[in-house]
Parts: sequence; structure tokens; C-alpha cells
Amino acid sequence: MSEVLLSVENLEAWYGDAKVLHGLSFQLKQGEVLALIGSNGAGKSTLLKCICGLLQKKTGRVSFKNEVITSFVANDIVAKGIALVPEGRKLFPSLSVEENLILGGNVGRKGPWSLSAIYNLFPILKEKRNAPSTSLSGGQQQMVAIGRGLMSNPDLILLDELSLGLAPIVIKDIYDMLPKIIGNGLTAILVEQDVTRALASSQQFLCIQEGRISLGGAPKAFTKDQISAAYFGM
Amino acid sequence: MIWVNIIIQGILVGGLYALFAAGLSLIFGVMRLVNIAHGDFIVAAAFLAWVVVQATGLNPLFSLIVVVPLAMAFGYALQKWILNRTLGKDILPPLLVTFGLSIILQNGLLAVFTADSRKLNAGVVETASFPLLPDVAIGYLPLLQFIVAVAVIWGLQYLFYNTALGRAFRATSDDSETALLMGLDQRKVYAWAMALCMGVVAIAGVFLGVRSNFDPFMGPGRLIFGFEAVIIGGLGNLWGTLIGGVILGVSQAIGAQINPGWQVLAGHLVFLLVLAIRPKGLFPRIEG
Amino acid sequence: MITRSTPASRIAAVMAVLLFVALLAAPWWGATSTLRLLGEFMVYLALASLWNLLAGYTGLVSVGQQAFVGLGGYILVALAMFMDLHPLIAVPIAGFVAVLIALPVGKLVFRLQGAYFAIGTWVVAEVFRLVAAQVTIMGGGSGISLPATVLKTMAETKFWREAMIYWLALALGFGALALVYGLLRSRIGLALTAIRDSEIASSSLGIKIERVKYAVYVAVAGMTAMVGSLISLQKIRVSPDAAFSVNDWTAFVIFIVVIGGIGTIEGPIIGTIIYFLLREFLADLGSIYLMILGVLAIIIMLVAPKGIWGFIARRWNVSLFPTGYRVHIKD
Repeated sequence: MSEVLLSVENLEAWYGDAKVLHGLSFQLKQGEVLALIGSNGAGKSTLLKCICGLLQKKTGRVSFKNEVITSFVANDIVAKGIALVPEGRKLFPSLSVEENLILGGNVGRKGPWSLSAIYNLFPILKEKRNAPSTSLSGGQQQMVAIGRGLMSNPDLILLDELSLGLAPIVIKDIYDMLPKIIGNGLTAILVEQDVTRALASSQQFLCIQEGRISLGGAPKAFTKDQISAAYFGM
Repeated sequence: MIWVNIIIQGILVGGLYALFAAGLSLIFGVMRLVNIAHGDFIVAAAFLAWVVVQATGLNPLFSLIVVVPLAMAFGYALQKWILNRTLGKDILPPLLVTFGLSIILQNGLLAVFTADSRKLNAGVVETASFPLLPDVAIGYLPLLQFIVAVAVIWGLQYLFYNTALGRAFRATSDDSETALLMGLDQRKVYAWAMALCMGVVAIAGVFLGVRSNFDPFMGPGRLIFGFEAVIIGGLGNLWGTLIGGVILGVSQAIGAQINPGWQVLAGHLVFLLVLAIRPKGLFPRIEG
Repeated sequence: MITRSTPASRIAAVMAVLLFVALLAAPWWGATSTLRLLGEFMVYLALASLWNLLAGYTGLVSVGQQAFVGLGGYILVALAMFMDLHPLIAVPIAGFVAVLIALPVGKLVFRLQGAYFAIGTWVVAEVFRLVAAQVTIMGGGSGISLPATVLKTMAETKFWREAMIYWLALALGFGALALVYGLLRSRIGLALTAIRDSEIASSSLGIKIERVKYAVYVAVAGMTAMVGSLISLQKIRVSPDAAFSVNDWTAFVIFIVVIGGIGTIEGPIIGTIIYFLLREFLADLGSIYLMILGVLAIIIMLVAPKGIWGFIARRWNVSLFPTGYRVHIKD
């Protein structure tokens, strides 16, 4: 049996006075890929923000590698080994491609990922290493964002809406790379609008609806109708 | 030839104004903070150098070895303990807190050092000069001051674009939340930026004190000169700031030549003129 | 039930009327020194209310209001000396001229944002001061005193002169308060509150933010110049360094507003009272006193950004000058 890497218990979170998560609990084992599905505004990105420490207004308990990290701030959590590839990529426009990647490795964790490993994975980035990050195409920017996340050599990577704003062919390319990205036993949480693609890429899934878990487990254990019922709240 | 001389001396003084401005420019670039007490810190650094010179008998230019690290440590602490608490969407708190600091500094210096004006004596370098053209002599001190200004701006530019700290500055300035995901604590990044700013302030203060008399109430004037250099040169462009300082220095020199009462006024008017015709400054940063 | 007035505000209105009558009669019950102190109090009350309107409600943090204080003073002295105008008539003219000057100046400084706006206004004030020092007919750098003959035109006896200057101060002090209060209750007030609370929201509401801000800036400049012309009457002289003093007419004013409560109408009143009390007891300390003011302002800004009145208002939910509507739920 593989070990539990991340454990979330009774997590509640607020944006200002609005409660957006209502008591979520789940566990993620070492090496698993978990897909988070749910309609817009269901709370998927909020959950990721809670895990990586960007959202402070929360109660409940988040443990990572048997350490309670609920109250940790984002800059400490990344040093513990959780990286977020944020929705909308959020590259630093003043930094070149290479500088964005180097900054990803700022916390100095040891592991398989280095600048040259990222360039092997995405050769186009090596060509454009000195270009301003925002001069790249959407797909290339997404590669930078993924590479930047990997550079911290995380134990858990949170991938938020990788396909947002990208052309279908580019999305396919990125997902084809996914096994390489999370190949070395890396644990991942994947937020994705495209349910079919999300379920195909994962061993576990959680469907979130209005801040609550409406269904969860192995994708194969449920029929398509059961999952879409959970998704749409029927 | 008299005008050539005036312009050259103005350019050299512009180096000092660029030193006043460089710290302001840096802080604004990293955290959008405008420190109203900036000029008072420059004057305080001059007084600190004066104390060091009195205590050790060092040449003021060598007192920088002591004054710069002290100023940097102070800047780090100031940002960490006070200014970081004022940062946010509202511009009032940082503005009013630094305004309060300005009053505290001026009156603190007055209480300790009285209103007497003082000067740092750097010895022969102050009066020595070499002839460049007939009737145009370049003083070693103004030249040194200008070279130091260029070196400081080059150094800041290098640091900004070629070091890990500079990367942290730019990333935090772009998007402090995403920078957190890279393990960059903005409060620490800001504290380092203020430390660096105060290091430059210390250099500016020592050159101010060597060049002319100073007293506790000179700060606001230095803030305004620095600010004008920043705006004339264009926000977010350090080399522009140097040129802004030079333009200010030359304007003042020409104004003073026409009428001694117009020296400072001429600089202000050129600043307002630039604001009227090129509100983004002469060399604004090209947006990426 | 939705109301604007509150029990506290009704009591405050009655008190204000009584206070105003008492103050109006001050020339008959107070000594000259009392009149002058009250007059100075009114000057700071007016300047603080105006600066608060500018910074606290429109977010225009000016450190250069001394530009208009000095301008008003110089205009009054010039009009009285060279055109034999009655000083009381010169006051509104000073305000009008300042408005005309503020129109282009405002256009210029509005090109600067936020904190840079603050320093930009300061540069303008410095320009005014340096230009004033160049005007030899007004005494150049050392300034000029109002001739006794000019004062004689105001009133024959010292009693009536002092009384008139004092009443002018009273009118401007209460006038500034009334202006701010009236403005905030009007549609412009709603727009200002919207600006303060969210620029994006109010721009989408179709409020012409920049125009409202600009109009407020110009109006405040005119009123500030009127206060400045009053100051020149109180001091019977103008000089560049005193009339355009950043410490006297802006730094102290900022402290008053910050300590009293920025963005509240009551704040400047409380702040002015505290400022005069502090000055009464601590002014002998000289520079230490000013450092205490600075420290106090910083602590308030960090701990209670809405100042003393903000603290009181939140603690007891009171409002002496209600501008918004309140909801009362009856059981």
C-alpha cells in the first residue's frame, strides 16, 4: 500500500464573507493523479488555493506528508514540496522564459528537474529562453508555467486549468506530455473543464458542486450518467 | 565659453540629483511606494557621516564604509517593521506614515544637531580641478560624484536584470501573489529593496555633505529634486533618471546664471514643462 | 425605518446652533487673545476640513495646499494695497482668482498619480513661493506688512477690526464645514463615496471620476485661498516663507485630519481640538513636540487608520453629521 501524501479534513473556506467551501474531506496517496471536476465556480480553484496556502481564510485541516500545514503561508508550502501551476499561467512579464523557470527553482529543492531537464521536455523553450515570457504563444506560455512548477521539484503538483484559452490541438499536445510531466511518481491534482480528458488522465476523481463533494472515487467505478448527474447536481 | 562651462557644471551636479533619485526610482519600481521622507534620509545620512568623521577622523568619502552598511540595515528594519504594515491598495497609509517620518527626522536632527549648518570636509579633492578647455575647468569632486552616480545606476541596473535579487524584485513587482508560489516572501523582498535604496541614499548623503553645507531642513528640497529627475526621465527607467538629473542640473545652472534667485525655480519650471508636454517623462519604460 | 438623522445628530445640530450663537457673540465676552485663538482655531478647522475633503473623500493627497494659502494671502494684500479694496471684499476675490489659477494647475498635477500627485502639488507650491520671493513690489524674499491705513479702512476702532477679522474666521470655519457637509449629502457626495470605495465600480456606474475630482480640487483651492487671505489679515503681513509654509499649512493640517479621523466630517473637528490642546501643553518642547505629533500620526495610521473619530463612531455607532442613510429595524 502506498502512503497517504495529502489529507484534507473538513475544509471550509471563505472569500471575504462568502463561504465557498463547505467541509471537504479527501485523501491522496503517493503517486496518484486526482482529477477535480465541477462546473465554474464550484470551488475547484479555491480548493487548490487552500492547499498551496494562497487562501488564508479557512478552517479544517490540511496535512501533507503527515504535517499539518493548514496555517502555513504559500512561500513556506512551496518549500515543503507543493507547487501550483496557476490558472491563466501567471507568468512574470518582466522576466524572460529562462528567468521564469529559474525562479520556479528558487526554493532550492533537490530532485530530477533542472533547467536542462525542462528544456529536454520542451525543446522550444530552450530556443526562446531569452524571450520575454509574454511574447510566447499560449501553449508555449503554458509550457513555461508547467516547467516553472516542476523546477521546485515538488512532491505534489497542482495543475489548474491547463487548457484554459488554448486551441484544441495545443491542448492535446500538452496532455500527451502529461505522462512525462508526472511520470517519476509525482503526485498531482488536476483541475480541468473537459471531464472526459480529466477522467482519462487520472486514477481518482472528485466532483465538486457548490463547495461540496458530490461524488468521488475511481473513474471506472461509475457510469458516465452517474458522473454527469453529480456534475450538474441532478 | 562661459555657457559651455555652465552646462558642464550643470551636468556634473545632475549626477548628484540622479543619486537623490535612484533610490526613489528603485522603491517605486519594486513596490509602488513613494517615500516622502526620502530627502530627510539623505540629510540624515550626511549627519551620520559627519558623526563618523568626527569620531574617527576618516575622510568623509571613506566614511561610506561605515555609513552605507548602517543605512542599509536601517532601511531593512524600517521596511520590515513599519512600512510593510502600510502597503496595500490604499495609498494614504504609506504616504502619511512617511510624511510623519519626515517630520520626525527633521525635528530629531534639529534636536540633536541644532539648526547650524555643517559640512563634510573631504580635503584637497574638494578644490582641485583640471582644465578641460580654456575657461572650462573640471573639479575632481564633481567629476567623482558624477562617475559614482553613473556607477550606482549601472550597478542597480545590473542587479535588477542579472541577479537573483533583481529577479525577485521584478517578479514581486509584477505579481506578488504568484511570487509567493515561488517561495518569495514579498515582505522580505521589499525589505531588501529598501535596504538597497538606503545604501544609495547614504552615498547621496555623503556627496551632498561634501559638496555644500547641510542642515536638518534640507530634506524636502532633495526629495523634490530627486522626484523631478525621476519624472523628467520617465518612471521605471534608471538611465532615464540619470538623464533627468542631468537635465535638472543644467536647467538650474542656466537659471542661476540668468538670476541667482531663479536657480531652483528654473529646475521646477523645466519639470512642469516636461509634465505638460510629455507627462510620461522623456524616456518612459517600454511596456513589454 | 430608514433615516438620515439620528438622536446624536439632532442633539449635535441644536448644540451647533447654540455654539455658533455663543461664538458669534465672542467679541463681547472674550478678550482679544481669546478672539485670536478662536480665529486661529477656525483657520485650522477650515483647512483641515478642506484637506480632508480632498484626501479623505477623493483620494487626492495633496502636500501642496500651502500654494493656495499663500496665494490667497498675497492676493488680499496686493488688492488692499494697490487697489484700495476693502479687505473683506478682497477675500472672495482672492478665492475667485485662486480658482482661475487652480484650473490650469489642476490640469497639470492631475497628470501625476497617487503619491506622485502629492509631490507634484508640493513642487507647484514651491514654484509659487519662489515666484513670490521674486516679486519686489511685494517685498521680495522678506515679504511685506499691511499698512495701517488699509486696516483703518476696515473699521475705525480696534474692537471692530478684531471683531470683523474674527467673524470672517468664524464664517470660513463654519463655511468649510458646511461646504463639506453639503457636498457629501449631495449627488456629488454619493459620487465621491463611490470613488473612495471603488474606482472601478463608480466608473462603470458612469460617474465621470476625473471630472468630479478635478471640480473638487478647484473648489477646495478657491476656499483654501480665502482662508489664506484671512490668515494674512490675522498676521497683518505676508512673506514667502510664512505664507507658503509646508509645515504650518499642510503638515499640521494633515496631522489634525489623521489624528481626528480621515474621511469623516467629525474627524477634522476632533483633530483641531486635540491639536490645540497638545500645542497648549507641549509647544514649549519645540522640536520634541513636533516629533510627538509625527509619532502620534504614524501610530494612528498603523493602528486606527480612521483616527479617533473613526474609533468612536465604530465603537458606539454615532454620527454627528450623517451623510448616509441608516436602517432602523423595529421589533
